[in-house]
Amino acid sequence: MSALKERIVIPDFRLSPRVDQVGQEEKTSRFTKRSIKKETKVEGLKLTLSMIDLTTLEGKDTEGKVRQMCYKARHLHDAYEGLPTVAAVCVYPSMVRIAKEAVGDSGIKVASVATAFPSGQAPTEVKIEDTKFAVDKGADEVDMVISRGKFLEGEYNFVFDEIAAIKEACGEARLKVILETGELVTLDKVRRASDIAMYAGADFIKTSTGKIQPAATMPVTLTMLEAIRDFYYNTGKMIGMKPAGGISKSKLALHYLVMLHETLGQAWMTNQWFRFGASSLANDVLMQLVKEKTGLYQSADYFAID
Amino acid sequence: MPVKTKKAQLKEIPEEKAKGNGIPKLKFNSGWQYAPAPESASHVKLKDRYDLFINGKFVKPSSGKYFETINPATEAKLSEVAEANAADVDKAVKAARNASDKYWKKMPGRERAKYIYRISRMIQERAREFAVIETLDGGKTIRESRDIDVPLAANHFFYYAGWADKLEYAFPNRNPQPLGVAGQIIPWNFPLLMAAWKIAPALATGNTIVLKPAETTPLTALKLAEIIQESGLPEGVVNIITGFGETGAMIVNHPGIDKIAFTGSTEVGKTIQRAVAGTDKKVTLELGGKAANIIFEDAPLDQAVEGIINGIYFNQGHVCCAGSRLFVQESVYNTVLRKLKDRIETLIVGDPLDKNTDIGAINSRSQLNIINKYIELGKNEGAEIFQSSCNLPSKGFFCKPTLFTNVAQSNRIAQEEIFGPVLAIQTFRTDEEVIEKANNTPYGLSAGVWTDKGSKIFNLTTKMRAGVVWANTYNKFDPTSPFGGYKESGYGREGGLHGLAAYTKL
Repeated sequence: MSALKERIVIPDFRLSPRVDQVGQEEKTSRFTKRSIKKETKVEGLKLTLSMIDLTTLEGKDTEGKVRQMCYKARHLHDAYEGLPTVAAVCVYPSMVRIAKEAVGDSGIKVASVATAFPSGQAPTEVKIEDTKFAVDKGADEVDMVISRGKFLEGEYNFVFDEIAAIKEACGEARLKVILETGELVTLDKVRRASDIAMYAGADFIKTSTGKIQPAATMPVTLTMLEAIRDFYYNTGKMIGMKPAGGISKSKLALHYLVMLHETLGQAWMTNQWFRFGASSLANDVLMQLVKEKTGLYQSADYFAID
Repeated sequence: MPVKTKKAQLKEIPEEKAKGNGIPKLKFNSGWQYAPAPESASHVKLKDRYDLFINGKFVKPSSGKYFETINPATEAKLSEVAEANAADVDKAVKAARNASDKYWKKMPGRERAKYIYRISRMIQERAREFAVIETLDGGKTIRESRDIDVPLAANHFFYYAGWADKLEYAFPNRNPQPLGVAGQIIPWNFPLLMAAWKIAPALATGNTIVLKPAETTPLTALKLAEIIQESGLPEGVVNIITGFGETGAMIVNHPGIDKIAFTGSTEVGKTIQRAVAGTDKKVTLELGGKAANIIFEDAPLDQAVEGIINGIYFNQGHVCCAGSRLFVQESVYNTVLRKLKDRIETLIVGDPLDKNTDIGAINSRSQLNIINKYIELGKNEGAEIFQSSCNLPSKGFFCKPTLFTNVAQSNRIAQEEIFGPVLAIQTFRTDEEVIEKANNTPYGLSAGVWTDKGSKIFNLTTKMRAGVVWANTYNKFDPTSPFGGYKESGYGREGGLHGLAAYTKL
């Protein structure tokens, strides 16, 4: 691992590749025209379920709410046999202990947001403490936010160093770096922030906190996937991708999978390298799966809402 | 490694090593596979046999001869169409002349416009049928015929319908008059769209028409004849006759023709040019091309690669303005090549009727032979070949998306129009060099420029000897935009205001 790192030449991030918005929108519309049906659809839907980070990130979160969500994570829809579980549950640091207990030995990971989520407006030391707290309580994954203010000021070294410091604080936990693309606005900046995060040590790059609109979009996600691809070819290192926020329908999730498949290929088509940050996507996927099996749509009341 | 020492150092993003750095290539063709999604052809009604559309009626050819038209993706016969001889051509030209004298040139523009609008609406109503037939007869993908060919054909009629009563504003103080009878010969790469390009402006300006579609793709033009018949357009205003090159030559040589509009090969264009020498026939020719697509190091590379792919593999490369020569600045060459190869691996080649298909069938066996001949030639010339690892269907005419590297200006694959999915890649160092190389061709139809720098775009577009120059995009068509070439790519412009001038006596 360290030998690999030493080969990596840190580039000048001001020279990150440019991205053409019009071209990117045209390209993403092509992904939506692939035909996904029958076995392909069922396979894609099950894959989607297994890639979900089931999330609750609210001021009003309680132990009870987290426990209920964790039960749902393990038992998505028991009436349908052979379903995977979600990949992870995503909670605030204060809920990590509860979540860890609740998911037990199911193999579901516990991800914790950290670093003064969602604004990131806190001193770096506080962010490191926040991260360490989450990891100490047993978080398998840490979802950090970058300092968007510093990034927009052009303080790329600050952003880089902060990510590197959080990565160190993570220890064994995998680090997801949230760019909050809705605040970066242009695809050029999304690309630059992706490059900074990956070179600084991110294991995953993630679009959004879910607290800012727009959250994940296909052009933004494609831009990040392309950054991951270039990073892979430059360093040999695979980085994961997590679009979050705004993906609540199966059809859209399948479009994302098409985009993933045609940009990074087969190796990334697993929850080790791709996640959906979503709270309501799972039930729509379940509804579609049941429909594929029975031929009938059931009402939303047939799927539990934890 | 202590984190604090890991400061960002100011270095350029390293250019990838020429032969890769031992990092395995991404894999796209395994695992999750899309389900086949063939568009149904059951709603399409094709007759067993199509006659000539002359003077508002379908009439039998005086030769009594018919020829087959096949589906290039399956080699199955679709229908047979009449072969027009000199007597039929004469009949069609006379019908057109009669229609011109009797009503069409006297009819007010606002009345002509009504018919043209009606035709465009009828194309829209039957868009699905047209798209499927276009795909069946020509081999192009349903994605393209559905999303590009058919809507754009309808748009051309809409656009020129709008001009029909405004010709005095198009040519102020010049009293624009129709030329008379236009002979129009169209190619097989965009059969319906080319028919629309030719028919719409001619009708708007008050001309009558004898149109001949290509022998491999006559069906959508004949379907269009059915629409024209239903639209109530006065009989003889549009005549559509089918046949081979000889039939086309008869149209060109007929003394009753006032104007020739031809889209096709440069070779035939030259023959037409010779044939009309000494006559007062007006001519527009839209011929071959060998377009340069130029990528600078500061371009948005991923979108540029997508543009290159669309530029050369759109419609299996059967596009006169296809970006068949790629010039890549040497500092980004390895990166661009790697991205291109990865992208080619994700192209789906196969059944043109399948909605997932990106690249369909080559139009005819003879065209496939030409393409294969050039691929062999490229290899023999010492260029390095790369082809998609996809499997081709066992039946039908198919060609893998292909690119050649290690190509020089003096390679024939960089000089001659291949008209297939074959890209020749060259490198360059400076702006001056690439401008010179891009213009160093007998053709001049189109070009593409990819850079993030606006001033560079304007510098290049003014120096490029090409009818169309696209910047940071490629193969974009619109009825309002004129299209046509320099040098051996022909002369005259179609589309837009300029397209009216080609059919008007001023």
